[in-house]
Amino acid sequence: MRWMKSIGAATIMLVLMSLTLSTFASSHKLVLTGSSTIAPLAIELGRRFESLHPGVRVDVQTGGSSRGINDTRKGVADIGMVSGVLKSAEQDLQAFAIALDGVGIIVHASNPVTTLTNRQIVGIFTGRITNWQEVGGHDARITLVNKAEGRSTLESFLAYFQLKNSEIKSHIVIGDNQQGIKIVSGNPHAIGYVSIGAAAYDAQRGVPIKLLTMDGVAATVANVRNGTYPLSRPLNLVTRLPPTGLVKQFIDFARSKQTHDLVEAQYFVPVSVD
Amino acid sequence: MIWWKHSISFLSASIDRWFSAALRIGALLAALIMLFILLFLLLESWPVLRHIALMRFFTDEAWHPLEDQYNLLPMVTGTLYASSGALLLAIPLGIASALFMIFYATPRTAVLYRRLIELLAGIPSVVFGFWGLTTLVPLINQWHPPGASLLASILILTLMILPTLALTSYAALVAVPKDYLQAAVALGLSRWGMIYGVALPAARKGIVAGILLAAGRAIGETMAVLMVAGNVVQHADSLFAPIRTLTANIALEMAYAMGDHRAVLFVSGLLLLLLVIALTIIAAWFGKTHHV
Repeated sequence: MRWMKSIGAATIMLVLMSLTLSTFASSHKLVLTGSSTIAPLAIELGRRFESLHPGVRVDVQTGGSSRGINDTRKGVADIGMVSGVLKSAEQDLQAFAIALDGVGIIVHASNPVTTLTNRQIVGIFTGRITNWQEVGGHDARITLVNKAEGRSTLESFLAYFQLKNSEIKSHIVIGDNQQGIKIVSGNPHAIGYVSIGAAAYDAQRGVPIKLLTMDGVAATVANVRNGTYPLSRPLNLVTRLPPTGLVKQFIDFARSKQTHDLVEAQYFVPVSVD
Repeated sequence: MIWWKHSISFLSASIDRWFSAALRIGALLAALIMLFILLFLLLESWPVLRHIALMRFFTDEAWHPLEDQYNLLPMVTGTLYASSGALLLAIPLGIASALFMIFYATPRTAVLYRRLIELLAGIPSVVFGFWGLTTLVPLINQWHPPGASLLASILILTLMILPTLALTSYAALVAVPKDYLQAAVALGLSRWGMIYGVALPAARKGIVAGILLAAGRAIGETMAVLMVAGNVVQHADSLFAPIRTLTANIALEMAYAMGDHRAVLFVSGLLLLLLVIALTIIAAWFGKTHHV
């Protein structure tokens, strides 16, 4: 029995040690929750912020823009990540844009169609146009890829084209940008919409997709930057109260020139204030 | 060995009492966890259950939670179509594999084949899903667009539950007493006669338990189905129509859902649990009444 006791004692010691360690480690902690579009950028920002401020830990969790808003209101998160302009019901929060991102229409690289008008896009997504031939492509049925309810990319898309989700006759419903890119790259007749940042990043690396020109404006990071690409949205950090202390330091850091390389590495457009 | 002898004799006075107490606590915990899950689901879905009539989950026009339409029925049929389709394919294949291992293959082939099936059982579901998304779906798409479909999810699910079925059927058939089989041979039955008339009936309970296990896995599978099913909320009118299952619905929307939308997703979780409970009851009834 003696050996059992010593194992028990060792276990208790270990548990106590890890408990004390974790309390020490969390003394300076920033919690960010929200949009999955912003999260990869926020993680990079957090890493660099941690290396500049030893002893600070930045914890990034995804869950969509609506979670970011909810958690910030409740005080569960120090900073919320919200893609898109704040709605009128969300004006109680302080928003700080850290980057711009466009939503682009993507098709398979082998698709001869390179440009669509807004009318054609609405026609395709509401099921009035069902064959690529009608918009200058091959004779093939269009496979429509739509986003799942509640995603902010979906909301930006619907708001821009003034559609309701129930009007869209989708064939495939997806979760995140990556899944959309995988489906369109595997289906020569598919059409979908994803973050331009994510699509440009993958197209650069040889994934067979291409971004369509929308109403005469090419879906490029450059056009999002100069403001000519119409379907773009700000990526925001939000707080409940005007930021102070560590929160203010992080937001100022995220909007400063020293993080532009991180923003551009994610194919977003930096917004700078200093 | 000497150490153990010493230890056993030293403890024998009270070990029984302690052991039985520990087992009781373990059993109680397992039952409590199940109860807590049910309670949690009820608690989380309570806000909508209070102000949305239960029938609306089955009679609303469609599933557009942000536009206040909550029809869950297409997802129930989606789940049922996909898992029963997979069972329809996997049950004969699984039992055939088990019979092959025991009655037809040489011992060496049987061992090799069993290792292979065990390996198949160990592949994580997301790998199946990824393979389906990049290979199976484009293949079906060439045949009949859009590719992501009921058929794709049935095929992926079949691959995933086949090892469960084959291994449980194998275990059940191996456990059939040798005397039975010897008696069957002595009576001059053919090999198929022995399998059909003696081995399968004697192993029936184990095989049914395996089918139940596989059905549970098919209904509960999320990631792989999410990647290949297309996830459009509709009643499938053909094998090539995309569907959405209850689990995929929760996984797709939970992270982004707030308020009523979130609570309705917990209702679909509750529905899923009820489905599995119904399945268990059916299986229990089947085990009791259909005696050979």
